[in-house]
Amino acid sequence: MTVRRVMGIETEYGIVVPGDPSANPMVASGDVVTAYGASRGIRPARASWDYADEAPLRDARGFDMGRGQAHPSQLTDVEDPTLANIVLTNGARLYVDHAHPEYSSPEVTTPRDAVTWDRAGELVMREAVARLATVPPGVNLYKNNTDGKGASYGTHENYLMSRATPFASIVKHLMPFFVVRQVMCGSGRVGIGVDSRTPGYQIAQRSDFFEVEVGLETTLKRPLVNTRDEPHAVADRYRRLHVILGDANHADVANLLKMGTTSLVLAMIEDDAIRDDLSVRRPVATLHEVSHDPTLQQKVELTDGRRMTAVELLWEYHDRASRYVDERSGADPDPDTAEVLHWWSTVLDRLGRDPMEARREVDWVAKLAVLEGYRARDGVGWGDPRLKAVDLQWSDVRADRGLAQRLAASGRLEVLVPESEVQRAVDHPPTDTRAWFRGTCLRRFPDDVVAASWDSVIFDVAGQRTLQRVPMLEPLRGTEAGVGELVRSAPDAASLLRALAASTDDGRA
Amino acid sequence: MPGQEQIRPQRRDEGPDDADAPEPAAAAPAEQTSDIDDILDEIDGVLESNAEEFVRGFVQKGGQ
Repeated sequence: MTVRRVMGIETEYGIVVPGDPSANPMVASGDVVTAYGASRGIRPARASWDYADEAPLRDARGFDMGRGQAHPSQLTDVEDPTLANIVLTNGARLYVDHAHPEYSSPEVTTPRDAVTWDRAGELVMREAVARLATVPPGVNLYKNNTDGKGASYGTHENYLMSRATPFASIVKHLMPFFVVRQVMCGSGRVGIGVDSRTPGYQIAQRSDFFEVEVGLETTLKRPLVNTRDEPHAVADRYRRLHVILGDANHADVANLLKMGTTSLVLAMIEDDAIRDDLSVRRPVATLHEVSHDPTLQQKVELTDGRRMTAVELLWEYHDRASRYVDERSGADPDPDTAEVLHWWSTVLDRLGRDPMEARREVDWVAKLAVLEGYRARDGVGWGDPRLKAVDLQWSDVRADRGLAQRLAASGRLEVLVPESEVQRAVDHPPTDTRAWFRGTCLRRFPDDVVAASWDSVIFDVAGQRTLQRVPMLEPLRGTEAGVGELVRSAPDAASLLRALAASTDDGRA
Repeated sequence: MPGQEQIRPQRRDEGPDDADAPEPAAAAPAEQTSDIDDILDEIDGVLESNAEEFVRGFVQKGGQ
C-alpha cells in the first residue's frame, strides 16, 4: 500500500503571440518546440517521435532486440513546423498537440518526482519563451487550462495500473473522488460557465468543460473518467489510466496531492479495499456545483441518501486510505506515502476550518486571496478586466511576469521541491523508470538515436543496414539500477546494442 | 527523498500538531492584510498594462 506507481503528467500550454491574436497557434507552437530543441542541440530529424509503437508490438521481455522493425520512411524529417516533436534528455516528450505546445513528463514513480518533472516542463517552456523573445513579438506561454472564452486544453495525468482490476470498479470508486478532488487541487478561475458568461470565481479551471461520466473523448463531451486504453506497456499486464479532469498546478502541495491521493485511491481499488459505496448522485452536475462554491458549503448527495460537503467526502477517502496504510504498512509507511497522507490531512483540516487557511498549499485559494485583495482595495466586481488579467497572468511561465512564480519565489507558496532539483530535472531523467534509458541514450548517443517513444528507442548505427529498435514495454526496466553499468560502460551505441542483446540472451535486462 | 524527515499522518482527532505544520495555520488579521497589500503592490508592478486588451487577446483553440 503506497503512493508509488508509474505515473506522469502531460500539459498543454496556452499560447499567445503578443499583440497578434490572429497569429496561427499551430505555427507558434511549432516554433516553441523547435526553439527549445535548438537550445539543446536537438536536430529535428534526430530524436523524433517513433509513432510505430502506437501499434501493438509483440511482448518483449526486457530488451529483446527487434531488428529492422522501424523502416526509415517512418522517420523522415518533417518540414512542417506544426508537426514538431522531440524527445528530451530528461525522458520527456515536447511536441505540438492540436494548437498547443505540450510537455509530457517522463515516467516517474512518486508524486514528488511527478511534481519535479512537471515543474521542469515549466522551465523548458520558459527557455523557449526567452529564445523566441529575441525576435519580437515572440511568444508567451501559460500553464493554465482555459482562455475563459469557451476553449479548454488539458493537463492529463497517467497512472499505470494492474490490468486485472475491473474497469467498472475503477469507475465506481473513482467517480465520487473525482467529483470532489478539485477542492484540494483546483487552480481557480474567474468566470462561471465554459465561456465565463456568469461573473464570479470558481475552484477549478476544467470542471465546467465536463459533460459526461464515462467515455473515450478528450476534446468534446469530455468525461470524468476517460476510457482511453493505450498502455504504452505490456497490454495484458497493465492499464494506463488516463485522467483528463485535473488542472495544471503551480502549488507543489496541490500538485503532490493530485497525484498522490489519486494513486492511493487507485491502490485501494486495485486491492478491492473500498468495500462500501460512496457513489454520488448526478456526478457531472455536482462537479460543476462544487467548483462554483469557493465557500465549500455545497453539499454532495450520495446515492444512499447521505449529504456531505466535498471536504467531508474527501475525509471519507482519506480515512479509508490512512487506515489501509496503517494495516498494510504498520507504523512505517514509505516516506512518499507518509508525505502525501500528511499533506492530505493538513489541507483538509485547513479547508474545513476556513478555506483561506490553505492559501499556501492550494492554487485556487492562493489565487482567490489575491483577487479578493483587489476587490477589497479597488472595489471592483468579478467582471473587471484586471481580475481576469490576474487570472491569466497567474500562469505565465516567465519568472518575472508569472504571478504564481512570484508568489512561490517570495515564500508565499509552500515549495516542496527546491528549484535546484527542478533545474537538474530539465536535462536529467528520473533514475527509476525506463525514462532513464531513453533520456540517457539521447544524452550519450545523440547522433545515433533517430527516434524514440514511450516504449522504444530507435538507433541508426554506422555499419548496420537496418535501424535497431529497442522495445521497452516494461516501464520499470531500463532503470539506472538495471542497466546503468551497461550503458555507462558502452563506448558507443553499437557496443551498447551488442551488450543489450547479450544481456537479453542471458535472460537479464 | 534523502534527508527528508519522516512525517506521520496527522489525524483530526489528535488536534493540530504544530511540530508537523510547516506554517502557522493562520496569520494575525493585521499581518494578513499587510501581506496582501504587499502582494498587490508587487502585482501592480508587473500586471499587463492594458488589462482589457490582454484579456481580449488571450484567445485559445480548444485542446484535449
